[in-house]
Amino acid sequence: MDPKVINSFKPYQGTVDVIKGGRFECDKNKGHHDKVIDDLNKALDQLPLCDGMTLSFHHHLRDGDHVLNMIMTNIAQRGYKNITLVVSSLFPVHAPLIDMIKQQIVTKIYAAYIAKEIGIVISQGYLRDGCIMHTHGYRATMLIQKEVIIDIAFLAAPSTDQAGNATGSEGITSCGVLGYAIADAQMAKHVVLISDTIQDVRKPEIRAEWVDMVIKVDAIGDPKGIVSGTTTITKDPVGLLIAKRTADFVEAAGLLKDGFSFQTGAGGISLALVQEIYKRCQTQHIKGSFASGGTTKFLVDMLEKGYLKNIYDVQCFDLDAVRSVKNNPAHIKISAQEYADITYKDNIVCKLDFVVLGATEIDTSYNVNVTTGSDGIIMGGSGGHADTAYGAKMTIIVSKLVSSRLSVIVDQITTITTPKETVDVLITERGIAIHPRHQELIDHLKATTSLPIMDIKTLYDIAIKMTGIPNKIKHTDKVVGVSLYSDGTLLDTIHQIKED
Amino acid sequence: MDINKPSQAGTLESNDVYVQLLPNPNGNIEIKLKSIVYKQFKDQILQVANQTLKDLQITSCVLIMDDQGALDHTIKARIESAVKRSL
Repeated sequence: MDPKVINSFKPYQGTVDVIKGGRFECDKNKGHHDKVIDDLNKALDQLPLCDGMTLSFHHHLRDGDHVLNMIMTNIAQRGYKNITLVVSSLFPVHAPLIDMIKQQIVTKIYAAYIAKEIGIVISQGYLRDGCIMHTHGYRATMLIQKEVIIDIAFLAAPSTDQAGNATGSEGITSCGVLGYAIADAQMAKHVVLISDTIQDVRKPEIRAEWVDMVIKVDAIGDPKGIVSGTTTITKDPVGLLIAKRTADFVEAAGLLKDGFSFQTGAGGISLALVQEIYKRCQTQHIKGSFASGGTTKFLVDMLEKGYLKNIYDVQCFDLDAVRSVKNNPAHIKISAQEYADITYKDNIVCKLDFVVLGATEIDTSYNVNVTTGSDGIIMGGSGGHADTAYGAKMTIIVSKLVSSRLSVIVDQITTITTPKETVDVLITERGIAIHPRHQELIDHLKATTSLPIMDIKTLYDIAIKMTGIPNKIKHTDKVVGVSLYSDGTLLDTIHQIKED
Repeated sequence: MDINKPSQAGTLESNDVYVQLLPNPNGNIEIKLKSIVYKQFKDQILQVANQTLKDLQITSCVLIMDDQGALDHTIKARIESAVKRSL
């Protein structure tokens, strides 16, 4: 054998240092399978914190999350500045960030959704380097393709073992699935789990091989804010009418047939729609293939009664969904990448027959805004809106035509979240507008149904006659954020609002 | 006509407006408007309010409006009710 080859191996020097758990030095007495530190301060002392670092968090604990505030308050007290946050979404509970933004502790935010409480300070121009509003799918793409590098991911884990095999579907603060945290766990330089329940985990979605440290705390969240105990359908007659009309449309357009697949949101109209679809499946003996996205009781009912083969779940919205994903093998946990990363070849969104989405504004060319309110203030974001609209064969927007004096149809939307090329139908209580690219469908429905199909400009005129023409919102030239498409391209800019 | 007795009408529900009418010692019409669509519709709301008071021949009052996105006819109806209750 060539001595060069032989000498290329390091000589054996004993067993010490051979086994290392992850990227941190382990306490050798505990062994590398135990990564648990039960003191937050001591844990943070060991992490490579610095000015200008990039930190990530996920939003599965929704408005019940304690983890982001707990970690960021501690880091702020340590005096670090210029931090970039890569959060999947921000909720009202994260309001302590407002002061950190104003003090330039946090200077840049990547998010798929930002609640108005925090959106308002960004719209006022306080976030120094602005916010990058992306989709759920592109968040996975940008992390996996290293467009954005996370220094430390702080991931709330409702249940984990000592090595960091973690799941969202067990533990007192159970949230069902950790789909949006998986790219972070795979790609961050350092991965830290925060948990209140250390126990054996049956089916982990976050694997110990990715995890460097587990911090044990008293409570990672408030169960009341994480999932709702019961999901209730809207009692609003206008909402119910829109839901019924949407089901009529779906049926008449031939989308409700054996093997159909669909996604809806979790808003009142969407839930009523799922129930309408379920009823029609029962009476007409139609069996669907799958539903995806956020999961609620009504989808679980369909699955359990055999009207759906599978649910592909990236996030649970109620306790029935949490129970189902824990116990039912047909209810499948997926990551954000598998759900909505359009560069991922087997993604779910591209298999959807139809998706039903909301809108804050839609223009007469069918561009949709769910990022900013009509007052120009950031109060939402794409989530999976643009991803599902891109993937699904038919994208249906449902909304009241006029709500609180605002028409959903406008001549110019404040921010483009989902581009017109991917939006097909708008269904309101006053009428249905179908994009002219579906002329055959328009003719078919006019000939065979009594659905109130009309031009989107006619619907717009009806709305404006009720509300009057709104004053234009004033903006400054300063850009406070960008709206990115599913492929990371720039759809629109978000401007600082001008105070009166 | 002056408003001599305080009155109210409407609710704080979405799409409604809650109005209060008070006597005005200054002897003119003063309107205080709070609205969730203030930026978009303040001119139109004030115009409807002024016109409604004028039509009812009110020359002195304080009108306080807490608007949750009411349409013009709702605004008109609420003010009219409050005026009739105050007489």
